[in-house]
Amino acid sequence: MEVRVQNIVKQFERFPALKDVSLDIRSGELIALLGPSGSGKTTLLRLIAGLESPTAGQIFFGDEDASLKTVQERNIGFVFQHYALFRHMTVLDNISFGLRIRKADRRPAKADIRARAMELIDLVQLSGMEKRYPAQLSGGQRQRVALARAMAVEPNVLLLDEPFGALDAQVRKELRRWLRDIHNRTGHTTVFVTHDQEEALELADRVVVMSQGKIEQAGTPDEIYDAPNSPFVFSFIGQSNILPVRVESGQIWLEDRPIGVESAGTADGTANLHFRPHDIGLQDGCGGCLAGIVTTSRRVAGKRHVELDIGQQHARVEIELPADHPATEGSRVAFRPTRFKLFQA
Amino acid sequence: MAMALDTTIEQTALVQAATSESRVARYTLITISLVFLALILALPLAAVFHEAFRKGTAAFTSALQDPETLSAIKLTLIVAGIAVPLNLVFGVAAAWAIAKFEFRGKAFLTTLIDLPFSVSPVISGLVFVILFGSQSLLGPVLKSYGIQILFAVPGLVLATVFVTFPFVARELIPLMQEQGTADEEAALSLGASGWQTFWHVTLPNIKWGLLYGVLLCNARAMGEFGAVSVVSGHIRGETNTMPLQVEILYNEYNFVAAFAVATLLALLALVTLVLKTLLEIKFSDEIAASRRH
Repeated sequence: MEVRVQNIVKQFERFPALKDVSLDIRSGELIALLGPSGSGKTTLLRLIAGLESPTAGQIFFGDEDASLKTVQERNIGFVFQHYALFRHMTVLDNISFGLRIRKADRRPAKADIRARAMELIDLVQLSGMEKRYPAQLSGGQRQRVALARAMAVEPNVLLLDEPFGALDAQVRKELRRWLRDIHNRTGHTTVFVTHDQEEALELADRVVVMSQGKIEQAGTPDEIYDAPNSPFVFSFIGQSNILPVRVESGQIWLEDRPIGVESAGTADGTANLHFRPHDIGLQDGCGGCLAGIVTTSRRVAGKRHVELDIGQQHARVEIELPADHPATEGSRVAFRPTRFKLFQA
Repeated sequence: MAMALDTTIEQTALVQAATSESRVARYTLITISLVFLALILALPLAAVFHEAFRKGTAAFTSALQDPETLSAIKLTLIVAGIAVPLNLVFGVAAAWAIAKFEFRGKAFLTTLIDLPFSVSPVISGLVFVILFGSQSLLGPVLKSYGIQILFAVPGLVLATVFVTFPFVARELIPLMQEQGTADEEAALSLGASGWQTFWHVTLPNIKWGLLYGVLLCNARAMGEFGAVSVVSGHIRGETNTMPLQVEILYNEYNFVAAFAVATLLALLALVTLVLKTLLEIKFSDEIAASRRH
């Protein structure tokens, strides 16, 4: 189901958690809310769920205004960060809970509830574990029970709060792929919150980057990574370097020399040059380039990470070179950024 | 190499771990504790049973069959039977409010719950005398409607409820605070009503802690003397609970009967102790008190 968030403001006792946030979530989409802690991403998720009520603004499920509906009436599936499984119930009872507690007129027959729960247990690959209690499961298994429990009620939208936050790296990777697979098979509109950019970029159809209660940028992972629209997004997503530069008639200058890169159409004045360590081209001589002395050179997997000391301000810049590049400490390296972005200083 | 190894072993044996005391100190402490417990607890308890059976089993059973004693036992059961369920409800409600909501005056409410622990039981009783006595504002009004509070079952129940209020609440507050609200939110998000959430999720999560609190509450409700003594009026066969009956019998030099009733109270204490220990062993992680103390 389509979900529209319209001009939502959420004010907690003293501090504003969300400042005028609007977002359209398309039906069947897998969307990530990404941001540092305190950015308001979990608050937005809880507002969509109805676990919090907005100070101002509206939330639509399809064409219906859901803002005035209680959490029960919204029919959502929520997966909590620490799963919140009912510890005194078996896996089967946890998953069927949402159906069992329905009023008699909406409640499926006992056998149907069981069949539906078993189907979900199968889907989340926990067959044979339906009689176990949460305490007898691993973290990854609990996570899957929580997901199955949320899906059992055929929710309008599936909301996941840091779904992999409490798991170790290996399990996390595995579950990520698995969640994507489940989403492709079931097609639930899904929103998940994460502070892990890798998770967001790998898993989501669209990533919503949030900071300080506002949406900084919403777009596909490629758009977010390749065309960040603010200094925050640029430095929050992936590795990035920032150099204070000057623009003079389309030419970019670092201190007293041009760096050999043009930025047509940029107004003259000071600016910050953002570029990623791998978006560079090495130069032999230097008739307009960035050049610096190598301060550290580390081999990381198939790449060499080199830190340079550039210019009179001794700005630190990290670049990625081929692993066999002979850069050693004290040697000089010249390069130009091949892809970059200028933001007003 | 072997030499070096030997010396290190010797050294570790010679140097004591920082937290362990010398053997003498340990045995002295243990002996002091045991002697103290024997003198203060075990000996009096044994004396109670000894006195009760001093004139034989027949005297003991006949003492318990005295109509006034039977009425005291009945009254104690009635009072506890009303006060404990009330405090179960109040305790759960107060703990729920404090643990799961944010509101003004929360710290004040928490302190208020502890009040009965810090106030002398005599004062707790006196409060109701002041409220409902014949000199008070409420007393005559209620009397004109034929409602008797003081020197009757309602007064006894009120005083007992007051004194035993903290047991359930104090037990549940830390437990519920620790459990947080995620389980409840999960149930609500799955469509459960408030009542269903309480019944299917909250209550099972706190059941052992609740039982533990009720157990302590009951022990105190049946054994309370001070507050009850003030509001009871000591009407024989009518407003005397077991602890009051013990006092009356004792003051009349009817030692066998006094101690016979006392054995019942002592048994109650022992049963409570055993159940409490069993709960602590079995469900230690679900009982807040056993971690706090």
